[in-house]
This record gives sequence, C-alpha cells and structure tokens, in this order.
Amino acid sequence: MPEALQSESGWAYAPAPETTSITIEDRYGLFIDGRFVAPRSRRRFDSINPSNEETITSIGEAGEADVDRAVEAARKAFRTWSRTSPLVRAKYLYRIARRIQERARELAILETMDGGKPIRESRDVDVPLVAQHFFYHAGWCDKLKWAIPGNLDPRPVGVCAQVIPWNFPLMMAAWKIAPALACGNTVVLKPAETTSLTALRLAEIFDECELPPGVVNIITGAGETGRHLVEHPGVDKVAFTGSTQVGKRIATACAGTRKKVTLELGGKSPNIIFADAAIDQAIEGVVAGIWFNQGHVCCAGSRLFVEESIHDEFVRRLQHRMSKLRLGDPLDKNTDIGAINSRDQLEKINAYLDCGVEEGACLNHDSRQELPEKGFWCRPTFFTGVQPAARIAREEIFGPVLSVMTFRTPEEAIERANDSPYGLSAGIWTDKGSKAFEMASRLKAGIVWCNTFNKFDAASPFGGYKESGWGREGGRHGLAAYLK
Amino acid sequence: MTSKKNNNRIEVVKTWKLYMGGAFPRSESGRSTEVTNAGGRIVGHVCRASRKDLRDAVDTARKAAEGWARRSGYNRGQILYRMAEMAEGRRDELTRAIVDCRGGSTAEARRETDATIDRLVSMAGWTDKVDQVHGCRNQVAGAFHDMSIPEPMGVVGVIAPKKPSLLGLVSLIAPALATGSVVVALGSEPHPIPTVLLGEICATSDVPDGVVNLLTGRTNELLPHFASHRNLNAVMAAGLSAKQRKELQVGAVDALTRTRPSLDSKPFDDDDYWTSPAILAPYLEIKTLWHPIGS
Repeated sequence: MPEALQSESGWAYAPAPETTSITIEDRYGLFIDGRFVAPRSRRRFDSINPSNEETITSIGEAGEADVDRAVEAARKAFRTWSRTSPLVRAKYLYRIARRIQERARELAILETMDGGKPIRESRDVDVPLVAQHFFYHAGWCDKLKWAIPGNLDPRPVGVCAQVIPWNFPLMMAAWKIAPALACGNTVVLKPAETTSLTALRLAEIFDECELPPGVVNIITGAGETGRHLVEHPGVDKVAFTGSTQVGKRIATACAGTRKKVTLELGGKSPNIIFADAAIDQAIEGVVAGIWFNQGHVCCAGSRLFVEESIHDEFVRRLQHRMSKLRLGDPLDKNTDIGAINSRDQLEKINAYLDCGVEEGACLNHDSRQELPEKGFWCRPTFFTGVQPAARIAREEIFGPVLSVMTFRTPEEAIERANDSPYGLSAGIWTDKGSKAFEMASRLKAGIVWCNTFNKFDAASPFGGYKESGWGREGGRHGLAAYLK
Repeated sequence: MTSKKNNNRIEVVKTWKLYMGGAFPRSESGRSTEVTNAGGRIVGHVCRASRKDLRDAVDTARKAAEGWARRSGYNRGQILYRMAEMAEGRRDELTRAIVDCRGGSTAEARRETDATIDRLVSMAGWTDKVDQVHGCRNQVAGAFHDMSIPEPMGVVGVIAPKKPSLLGLVSLIAPALATGSVVVALGSEPHPIPTVLLGEICATSDVPDGVVNLLTGRTNELLPHFASHRNLNAVMAAGLSAKQRKELQVGAVDALTRTRPSLDSKPFDDDDYWTSPAILAPYLEIKTLWHPIGS
C-alpha cells in the first residue's frame, strides 16, 4: 500500500474480532486410555488467556500415578497398534487430518485464546500445518520400508514420551504424534502447562475418529509431570521440544538407558542481508523472521547481519515497517503482534531489554504504540549497535527482540553467523545464486532459508546442528526417530 | 626388554608412535606401553596417548575438516581407494600385526585384513553417492524449492572396539571419511599395532594431513575426554561396556555432541550391513534448504 494511504491522520482499522462462540468446559481431565479421567493427584491448575489474564478453564495436573497409568495404557495399546495393518493406521490418520480441517476454525480460536498468538497466524499457519502433518504422515504408514536407506525392515520403537512447548501448542503436538503413529508407536504427550487446551481438543478429535484407546494419551501438567514421563522406565523413546537447558537434563536422564532421544531445542539464528538483496522482500523476511508469533519461535532470525554499506538505509526502512505492525487483541483478524504467552516469559524478555540497554545497544521500538492495560505485552523491538559478545547477541530471548549487527564480507558473515553454540536455522538474502549456495553450504544450521524465512512444511525436515538438538522432525528424515 | 635370538640377530622391536596431522609424534606425556602377544612375548611398544594428545589431535583435525569436506566426492573416493591399494600392498604385514597382537590363526587374521581392504573399497564408492541416497527434494505445499542435503558431521571421534582390532577400527573410520568428516580415533587398547600400521598406510595414501588422526592408549582414560570435548561433533564407539556407554552419553550432554555408543549392533564381518547406507546415517547432519520459486 502506498505510504500516503497509511498516514498518521487516520485510516484506522476497525476492530475485526473473530467470534468466540466455541464450547469450553469448566474443567478438563487427563486423556488416558481413550477416556477423560480425573487426575489421581487431585491437583489442578488454571489456564488463562494471556491477552486479558482471564481464567479460561481448569486443567488437571498429572502426578506420578497418572503418568504410570498413561504409560501403561500406551504399553498395552502398543501390542495391537504396532501390529495393526499399515493401511488401517493410515486411514485413522487421514480421518484425523480431515476432522482437523473441518474443526479448523474452532482450533484456531482456542489456540489464540489460550496462547496469545494472532488469529491470523493460528488460522493461516498453525492449524493448516497441523492438518497437513497428519495427512502427510498418513501416507507414510504403508511405505516405511522405502523411507530409511538401508533399513528394509523398519519397526516401531514402542511407547513415545513426548513433551512439547507453548509456542506452537497444536502444531508441536501434530509434529510429535503424527510420525509416531504412522510408524506404529503409541504416545503419551504432555503439552506445556500454559497451553493445554488445543491438545485436549485434539484428544476429542482422536476419540471422534475412533482411534483405539491408549494409542494416544494426553496428560497435562508442568515440568514435574514431564520429568516423571521422560524418566518412566516403560518409555522407549523420548521426543522433546523446548529449551536447551531442559533438553540437556532430559539427555542426562536418558543416558545409559535404552531410550531413543530426539531434541528440538533453542536457537539464536542469523539472518544475513547482502547489499544485492531485494531489499523490500528482505525487510518482510526480517519481520517474518523475528516478529512472527511474538518471536516465540525457536528458529527465529534473532541475529540480523546487514552488509555495512546498506545498514543505515535498511534500519530506517525496518523501523518504518515495524511501526506499521499492529499489536493488540490476538482474536482481531488485523492483529500482527499478539500477547506474550505468560507473565514469566514477559519478565524474561523485559530483563533482556534492560540488559541490552545496559550493554550499550540502542533500543528501537514504536513508543507511540499503546499496550492494552491487561495481559502480557511487548512491543516489537530491535537493537542497533549490538556488540557481538553482548548477551542480547548470544542468548535466546524468545521474544519479539532483534539484534542488528553489520558485516563487510561474506567470509565475516559466515564466521559471525556460525559463532554460536546453536545451529537451528539461518537466513540468506541475496540475488546472486552462487553466493547464496556458498553461504548455504557453509552455515552450520539445520534449516537454511534463502530469500525467505520461517517457512514450514510437513514434508520438510526440521531440526538443528550443535546445541539446537538431536534429530529431525518432518519429512522422510523425521521418520528415523520413530523407527528402529 | 625381552628379545628373541634368531640366528644370533637381535630383533629390532619397534616403538610405534601416534599418527597426528600427517606426522608420527610420540605422546607429549612421554608414556609408552608394552604390547604383548597372546603368549606374553613383547612384540612392540606403543605410545600411551594423554588427554593433551587427544586435544592436539582434535585441533589438527579441525583445521583439516573444512578442506576435506569441500573436496569433491570423486576426489575423496579416489583417496579412499588409494588407501585400499596401499593396504593391499601391506596385506601380509597387516595380517602379521593382527596375529602378533591377538594370536589366533593366520588364516583368520587374513580374512580380517581382506575384509578391511574390501571395506575401504566399498566405502570409496559411497563418497559421491551419499547425497543422492540420503538427500532428497521435499515436495512442499508452496512455491518453494526445498531440498535436504546430508552434510558431514565435521570432526568425528572414534573409539574402536578391542577386536577385531583392524576391521573394527576401519569400519568406524571409513564411513566418516566417505561422508566428508575427519577423524580422531582411539584404536584397540589391547591390540594396538594394526592401528598404528593404518597410520602408516594413511600417510602414504594421499590422505591429507589431519584428516585421519590415530591414537593408542587406554580407553577408560580417554573416553571421558572424547565425550566432553566441545570441538568433536560426534563420537562413534563400539565394544564398550554398559558403564562406558553411559559415561560417553553423559559426558556428551553439555555440548550435545552426537554419540553412538554402540555402533556394533551387527558383527563387523556382516558386509551387507557395514556397507549399507544405514551405517552412513549417524555420520550425517541433514541440512534443509529453502528457496522461493518464481520471478
């Protein structure tokens, strides 16, 4: 849109809230062996809407006895599910994919209410990818013999303990459950404590699709529940997405056991802009890279490296573009930046903002942007003048905060981009093919986006080098984690 | 030192050194160990590598890693094949080294030598095919070209099994070289002479300096340092005890180093398994590349 049409004088967007007339129960139990049951722990916690701090519902907290029960149900179901004909497994997964598509709107609204992400994203990105993940993996069920080079007799691993984060609650559930079931495993999934709702709704869909009891069990709770689950001796495989710190604890707990472990952990991914890039597209790529989902993205392009010759102009245009992002009610279809997922996370982000300023970097955000009174909010922000050793340039912030740095030569860009214990993703923006390929081959990252950023697909393997984790999820390569 | 009188000639008992960066240094610690054969006779001396030797070897390997990875598969294949050629030329010597250390029949040792040479030949053929077998184009639902390409791990640590001393070591090293990684390997602790002989073969086979680095020493002493070395991208091992496997996994957690503490799920003479693409997978890191399609 021409700039003139977005003048300061008006042209404000009218609110366009998505309706919220969906059913939410007052309280939820645990989904074990095909039924919703009250937690034996007798403990519960509230799930709140981070955009207004209102309680949405009460969630059961699974204790050790509940974890036992869930693992036992999964063990029992494994005996039959692992021997179920592959095409039958496929048909369940196709059925699930269809129901997700049919209930997409409801799932998107719930996801946005419970987690704070803009409805535009949950509707257009998260939920479609969830359906695609089940549809894609459904097709693998009867083709596994051809999936892993050299493994002509692939077998399921067994009971999978899957622990997922709050940034893409339903999408992470799908990334974990779909390949596990396709390969003939059974599952005990634990969603993050701030975002249990859509996983529980997914349980309803499994039930509706007549998935045999115990094949997927969903237990809710916080870190302690997760710890019981991954340390349970009845578990054969652990799949975790979350922080590097917790990932390392899990790796230690599983060392010396028979458990197969995959980890999708943190990142501090570089996004590299060369002077010869298509600048307008690169700006959009930077926006998608860091401000998508409030920056609660493990592969976020949180370190921006701009070729020195275009730095000032690029920053000016980025500032302008950032000021056009609309922050507010996540259920509003025009919202670009939703709520921060929790008070805890907001405090962590704010601490990094203070830290960046103390370290001497220059903070840029649009202070005219008003923040709602209730809920957890952080303006899209970038820092310029960031020193390479600064904490905001090295540590994962997991919020809408970008560190802008410069480079002079491709060699320097490579060196600085790779100078991180992480290696999840990287972005390259250039119009020169040979340079893009040279950079792509030398960046130590599991996903390299050339002239794009933050694209995901069920067919495309996702996962990192170095301390960003072990293994891949999605695509042909992702199946290896669920087969032996 | 025991020596054997043979027509009044005193045998020259060799002290075998480490192989590092294309050179044959002694251990910086100055330590060496007697190698005795099954009958208790001393057949040679080997260096007992220290933690510092391991660190030096990793530094050397790191310097060689990018150059090796960037060579064409065709070129790496020829170098692996050259290793097989040189090993073939020293077939008797390798066989004798196996017998000297471990005892047993010459025929059995010869089978191990031959299997080792054949393993190198087979792996030479993987270098320029691994991308095609382990990589693929991903059919994504959007206007993108999306492909997954296997990349070498970088610097791979190898802890070889006690036996088979030659075939076990080469079975773990060759996939690394074939897939573009460089290696720091600790050879069989009780039967180390084939390990150092392999170093001599590498040194005369166009293997660039630093691409293969071979240590002899104590497994229990060096294992924790292999596990926790932050500049090793992966550690592959075979023949470890349950306690050692756990130690390797726990030590690797801090840097999230990729470990395979028991690669020997099938016997080393199972050629179908050890030359299949399945054994290459642990040596690979998958990189997925996206690019928009359109003008």
